[in-house]
Amino acid sequence: MEREKILEVRDLTVNFHTYAGIVQAVRGVSFDLYKGETLAIVGESGSGKSVTVKSLMGLLGGTARVEKGTAMYQGQNLLALDEKGWEKIRSREIAMIFQDPLSSLNPIMKIGRQIEEIFTILHKTSRAEAKKRSLELMRAVGIPEPEKRYNQYPFHFSGGMRQRIVIAIALASNPKIMICDEPTTALDVTIQAQVLSLLGEMQRNHDLSTIFITHDLGVVAHVADRVAVMYAGKIVEYGTAEDIFYDPRHPYTWSLMASMPDMDLESGEALVALQGTPPNMLVPPEGDAFAERNPWALKLDFDRQPPMFKISDTHYAATWLLHPSAPKMQRPAALERRIQKSIARKEARANG
Amino acid sequence: MAETRNAAVEENIVLDVRNLKQYFKSGYGRNKVVVKAVDDVSFKIPRGQTFGLVGESGCGKTTTGRTIIRLYKATGGEVYFQGKLISGKLSKEDKRFVHQGIQMIFQDPISSLNPRMTIKEIIGEGLLINKLVKNEDELYARCLEMIKMVGLSEDHLSRYPHEFSGGQRQRIGIARVLASNPSLVIADEPISALDVSIQAQVLNLLNDLKRELGLTILFIAHNLSVVKYFSDYIGVMYQGKLVEQGTAAEIYANPVHPYTKALLSAIPSPDPYSEKWRSYITYDPSVHDYSVEKPSMHYLGGTHSVYLSEPEMERYVK
Repeated sequence: MEREKILEVRDLTVNFHTYAGIVQAVRGVSFDLYKGETLAIVGESGSGKSVTVKSLMGLLGGTARVEKGTAMYQGQNLLALDEKGWEKIRSREIAMIFQDPLSSLNPIMKIGRQIEEIFTILHKTSRAEAKKRSLELMRAVGIPEPEKRYNQYPFHFSGGMRQRIVIAIALASNPKIMICDEPTTALDVTIQAQVLSLLGEMQRNHDLSTIFITHDLGVVAHVADRVAVMYAGKIVEYGTAEDIFYDPRHPYTWSLMASMPDMDLESGEALVALQGTPPNMLVPPEGDAFAERNPWALKLDFDRQPPMFKISDTHYAATWLLHPSAPKMQRPAALERRIQKSIARKEARANG
Repeated sequence: MAETRNAAVEENIVLDVRNLKQYFKSGYGRNKVVVKAVDDVSFKIPRGQTFGLVGESGCGKTTTGRTIIRLYKATGGEVYFQGKLISGKLSKEDKRFVHQGIQMIFQDPISSLNPRMTIKEIIGEGLLINKLVKNEDELYARCLEMIKMVGLSEDHLSRYPHEFSGGQRQRIGIARVLASNPSLVIADEPISALDVSIQAQVLNLLNDLKRELGLTILFIAHNLSVVKYFSDYIGVMYQGKLVEQGTAAEIYANPVHPYTKALLSAIPSPDPYSEKWRSYITYDPSVHDYSVEKPSMHYLGGTHSVYLSEPEMERYVK
């Protein structure tokens, strides 16, 4: 069954022109977003995941320049739009939720007015109608006593409640695509669980396609249908959530997964830590950007960048280890154990 | 016989917190508000063990740490450090005893290092203040030993904090803490400001140091998988109260308090299949009406105890 593609990004390349030189933040990223699915982009800070989605909203800063690439949405290339064109896309078609809900709300404007604004400005409704619909939305995202909360300011709200307001604002414009840039990183685990289930519910109710950026693999496992792992401005592995979590192929994905402690890990057992820091993107390395920190690196990794190898119809990874003549490498023991356990749990459930 | 054994256990307790209270007042007259940030918290940490304090933000876990190290004046309760009372008014010598014996690793490695001091000055400051070194050579030797212990090299000593990455800065923070050879280290969210790939490096370092130096650590964090991995004992805090404590195994295998259950159910796990099927438990404080039934600490066996009211305990026993 062929699903409907809603967004098609090809060879996206973004550079920052700074006084120190050209920083290559995003280096040829390609991905598709299908209708109704959640695509998670994972990677550490500085891997270019935020820059990628900001370029899809036309929100790049002054020094950034999109050098190459296309992002096709409903027959038009988003990356070629001018400011007038963007106004038709932002919020109406693509909405974004940011990491810090406090700084994305206006501190001196009442909460109700901030939601209402979308209706009065975007949908040109009357104030009374806008207020009615804002209250409905506040109720839908789980704000208790919306009539009372309507006239309060952002500082009256807790972090989780603020993030609910931001979600309400994003949904008010009825977008097709929602981009969530680390929406739960600033929240506690219990609140995070609530916000994630709210996002899931809203996605089903509004038939949204979501791009979800995070570095928390637990969150990825919860929300994602498909996962793209980014490192140094490139997608190094992508596939369905099951491909990535049960059969990761790229050494960076291994390291990322093995470096987080999980509930099965024995206390005192050493974690598989990534050594070193991400490369300086002013002068990106000639070969595979991850080779420097990669304990499984081959000699070839330092000289030539690996192409995307196809593992299955949905699963791709860019590492020379997948080349037919490459030596077979073992995944870290702790990770292998976790994968086996997860698969066993899954089969146990499938068999009742 | 039993008495002597008890004495031996008591001697091995590095930190003993009894009914610690920390209230913050704000406003005057009619608008006066008292925030009970830490309310009647008691726990003990034996030598060489790690006590993990978990809870949501604003539950008072950081305040507990800061009150123990005397950054705040405790409203009530006592803190005993190596058998000595260290809360309340202290003489100058006793204060020095506290400052030297207890050290703190802070959450933010950027704001906790003075940008105008070199790394050597940062690490050596505590040594000089506590008069732990006699001359410049000794000071240098000790700083060098520390910087090597945390995996940095000699030429880093003459640099300034801005020249380091987040993970390296946190290593420097750890070197500074260990320089004065403390008996107790309070680690306040030492890895939550760091990047995912760096977190594991710092955790491994802390783990190695804990084993090599036999450190006693009060580990404050909100990430439950990290706390379980790192701690021997765990205390769960909710709104200023310590609602449940016990060994890591006791808490994770058999959580009793509804808040602990909710907290454990919310840990995301890196397994898409079980994530899709999971159900969260939400904690609703109104399940128990504490205005009628007064809750208290109940002992469950081992080191496990929980803060519940009598009727709830009866339900649990059944």
